[in-house]
Amino acid sequence: MAQAVVSTPGGTIGDGPAAVIERPDFQIVPRAGLPIVAVVLGLLVAGVAVDKLWPLIFLHVVGGAAWTIIDLFLGFVLGPIMGQLSIPARVEFTTRLMPKMVLIMPTVVTVTLVAGWQLSTFLGTNLTGNPLHGWVVASFIVVGVMAVIALGLLEPANIAVLTELKKPQPNPAVIERLMKRFIYTAGATGLMQIATLVIMTKLSAG
Amino acid sequence: MSASSPQVERDRIDGVRLPPVTALGMLSLALVLVAGIYLSAHLPKHVPLGPAIALLAASALVFTGNALALSRVDGFPWRRFFGVARWALLAYATISAMIEYVFLRNHTGGSPLIVLTLSLIVFALNVPLLIGFTVARYDQPAPAGSGAPAGPPS
Repeated sequence: MAQAVVSTPGGTIGDGPAAVIERPDFQIVPRAGLPIVAVVLGLLVAGVAVDKLWPLIFLHVVGGAAWTIIDLFLGFVLGPIMGQLSIPARVEFTTRLMPKMVLIMPTVVTVTLVAGWQLSTFLGTNLTGNPLHGWVVASFIVVGVMAVIALGLLEPANIAVLTELKKPQPNPAVIERLMKRFIYTAGATGLMQIATLVIMTKLSAG
Repeated sequence: MSASSPQVERDRIDGVRLPPVTALGMLSLALVLVAGIYLSAHLPKHVPLGPAIALLAASALVFTGNALALSRVDGFPWRRFFGVARWALLAYATISAMIEYVFLRNHTGGSPLIVLTLSLIVFALNVPLLIGFTVARYDQPAPAGSGAPAGPPS
């Protein structure tokens, strides 16, 4: 695999002589993953078109579980670990993890939301007269807050870090700054996912 | 103070010379998402559209103002911006189309569908603006071997 270099001031940004860090070559959007995304979205369209209980539950639960677990794991486990890694390790980890997240997260979020709406229509929980309607609306609000954080801060930071790392001479200060934003927002969405877990378990318990 | 001094570079990276694109983009996104939540909370029953239209209009206004403010920044790296934003637009147009599809599948029509569709369009335009801006503002490469932060052109 091709390698490139990132100049860092002695491993600590802001002082000391410049050091050189190797970074693996990578694609910002891994093209090999695009057919998988297409298949998943195709399954989603088919699931909604068929409008049967099991496919809708399958799509919603699989997508939702992936979304929740990834957010929690990234926010509370990987995020703090990334923050403590040395810069070379962080750069290497970032170039391997984040391109995958560019494809995985929008896909699982879309599957969860679309299948979830169809499922709630199927079950009638999105009707205003349904006793669980308030919980469904609460889930919309939680998703809305997460969407603003994720789409406004997290996703742009993710793409910007990867774009910076693709440059012939990436700027370590920019990467550091954007990575901090990424880690903090991942923690915030992780916290919101706890609310999602409360709401979804309540909805499935009835 | 010279243009390459640490203080000037720090100011640039903090976006002091740029409009608050991220904050306004998040505000526009929040407004349109509230409109969407409001509609979704009422559908498939009758929805009083006034609040949703007001939120959508406010969101579109903030988005337009945000885009206009950014368009007036001299020397902004538009090539980088559009290089990223067009792919983000493709991705979020696809996502919006999936959401539109599920509402069409459930026979949403008339005025609620129009408001919903316009909300999804504003949503799908906002995200590429945010991603393109965040990438492009750091487009200027740092001087070779300096380790200094890069920033948007002033």
